[in-house]
Amino acid sequence: MAKDEQKIIGDVTNSDYKYGFYSDIETDTIAKGLSEETVRIISMKKEEPEWLLDFRLKAYRKWLTMEEPDWAHLNIPPIDFQDIIYYAAPKKKKELESLNEVDPELLDTFNKLGISLEEQKKLAGVAVDAVIDSVSVKTTFSATLEEKGIIFMSFSEAVQKYPDLVKKYLGTVVPIGDNYFAALNSAVFSDGSFCYIPKGVRSPVELSTYFRINTANTGQFERTLIIADEGAYVSYLEGCTAPQRDENQLHAAIVEIIAHKDGEVKYSTVQNWYPGDKEGKGGIYNFVTKRGMCEGDRSKISWTQVETGSAITWKYPSCVLKGDFSVGEFYSVAVTNNYQQADTGSKMIHLGKNTKSTIISKGISAGKSHNSYRGLVRINPKADNSRNFSQCDSLLLGDKCGAHTFPYIESMNTSAIVEHEATTSKISDAQLFYCQQRGLSPEKSIGLIVNGYAKEVLNQLPMEFAMEAQKLLSISLENSVG
Amino acid sequence: MLQIKDLHVSVQGKEILTGLNLEVNAGEVHAIMGPNGTGKSTLASVIAGNENYEVTKGEIIYNSKNLLELSIEDRAREGVFLGFQYPVEIPGVSMTNFMRTALDEIREYRGEKPLSAAQFLKYMKQKKALVEMQDKLNNRSVNEGFSGGEKKKNEIFQMAMLEPKLAILDETDSGLDIDALRIVANGVTKLKSPENATIVITHYQRLLDYIVPDFVHVMYEGRIVKTGDKSLALELEEKGYDWIKDELKA
Repeated sequence: MAKDEQKIIGDVTNSDYKYGFYSDIETDTIAKGLSEETVRIISMKKEEPEWLLDFRLKAYRKWLTMEEPDWAHLNIPPIDFQDIIYYAAPKKKKELESLNEVDPELLDTFNKLGISLEEQKKLAGVAVDAVIDSVSVKTTFSATLEEKGIIFMSFSEAVQKYPDLVKKYLGTVVPIGDNYFAALNSAVFSDGSFCYIPKGVRSPVELSTYFRINTANTGQFERTLIIADEGAYVSYLEGCTAPQRDENQLHAAIVEIIAHKDGEVKYSTVQNWYPGDKEGKGGIYNFVTKRGMCEGDRSKISWTQVETGSAITWKYPSCVLKGDFSVGEFYSVAVTNNYQQADTGSKMIHLGKNTKSTIISKGISAGKSHNSYRGLVRINPKADNSRNFSQCDSLLLGDKCGAHTFPYIESMNTSAIVEHEATTSKISDAQLFYCQQRGLSPEKSIGLIVNGYAKEVLNQLPMEFAMEAQKLLSISLENSVG
Repeated sequence: MLQIKDLHVSVQGKEILTGLNLEVNAGEVHAIMGPNGTGKSTLASVIAGNENYEVTKGEIIYNSKNLLELSIEDRAREGVFLGFQYPVEIPGVSMTNFMRTALDEIREYRGEKPLSAAQFLKYMKQKKALVEMQDKLNNRSVNEGFSGGEKKKNEIFQMAMLEPKLAILDETDSGLDIDALRIVANGVTKLKSPENATIVITHYQRLLDYIVPDFVHVMYEGRIVKTGDKSLALELEEKGYDWIKDELKA
């Protein structure tokens, strides 16, 4: 079996990125480099109001005073921020009325990914706001949503149509100076999604966005803002794949969520950016700030993520539990292979009384990759009777990868109960042999075992997404893991 | 169906099987008995293709194919089934999913279409009845939290599902109470046909009250040293293995 495992691990290392293609869509870009001028051009191109330009400029100036963080368990090559294009938008030929008018190239791209809008629209009943590079191309089901008063559109569109709502919430959860990459995003964010669910409304469909990075050398700076008003509910899906590219590409997104009294937001991600080749060359640098504010009593925010891509992942979806009895959840599967590095986890900040949080993290490392869980659970002095349960499991494939766990617990209230459990395991020869003896190939066997291991998290995903995620887990560990 | 000739097997340089010969034909049930540490489980593992064991000499021909050249999974797809002495747990993988994947792989190998979900569930239900498995089995993870008896029943259930040509049951009776033993043995007996063969590895004669063997082999120091019919098992039960050792020395 030892031989077999060697072979499997060897094969994993040799597996290529499935979604490595480049679609040739006319793109409107500005010159490389970052300056106050760049920020102004972006804002101008997007015809933004004055207050938003001020927001960007303030962020830019803040960013200049900050330093790139180096505390993560990551080896980050120096990033030349002047060698990046900060704005790229597919050239719009005219306003699109229906899917038929969407650039056929673009539809083809989606087809290759197996996420044809057409199909999605018909089969899944999912409203899709497709983002290629930075500008939203098509929003579907908007009529259905409009009836309910749900606002779901590209961020830029929202700035034009609902400036007051955007202004009220933008930067309230992730302030412009929150961290280095958040400041950068706040200065140069290109587009993203905006979602508002009015009081007492349950979104009848799962809202879904697909992000892709499409122009060489283009940093992707998405900005997403989701608000669930009192008693509102929405399940939001974000999925990404990116085409193969040699240069490293920077991705620094921000997602802000606000849940008011009795409001609930469920945010699910399947992330599959290009991870670099088997030598570790190329690949996306993914520095994301995701944070939710449980503003009102009994509000709830739940993060579920399946992370298989990117050369470097730096990402800590967090919840601030401000309202009494509010609930925060974080479910994560992070897979690293070859030379991928991931430092990911969650922060749960308990401010209100009787607040409750759960963290379930499953790391899977293969090849020569490093996979770290980093988490903070903080119970503030006034957060009486707060509870946290954290479980961090690591699964290793082969003996050249690493798994690391950095849990931080700060409790300032004696009535709080905080639990942390952690395990590290390897796929055993005995498990592999057992599966193969039943007729499963080594790839299928590992795929099955890994999916079983991650089941607790995958179960949190909406049905169609879970299936996609299962496939992705298998593809990511392919030839070793089928 | 199965011809094993002069099989020598080592693990970490230590020779465990020392020239073993065995022939099994379709429709036959063979029992392999013998004291601890004589290589019974090694034989089972080597037939199934466990790579921890190194075959240094000899051959295994299975349905005119050189079995030693086939991968573990291809042996399984060709109809070799091993009922494990210690079935492993696979957390989070439901029995339904596990069996569905296995059956799909085997059917694909044989050029057959996969069963539809409805067909599969019906098929699974039939097979469960055979080993008196409870309905809740479907959603339980493979062997996770199963009692010793349930694990062994689960092995026979999988055997029923996969319909092997050659089934090797490695001490399937160990750790079973008398009721479970009866259920397991009945399952095996019901699955018996003129087309398939079974090798039962056991310490105790009592299993052979339920599964009646055509041949009983005694293994000692890595070889089969004595072959007889059912009465040999009774004789062993009565006299132990020492008389065989004495015979060999004489």
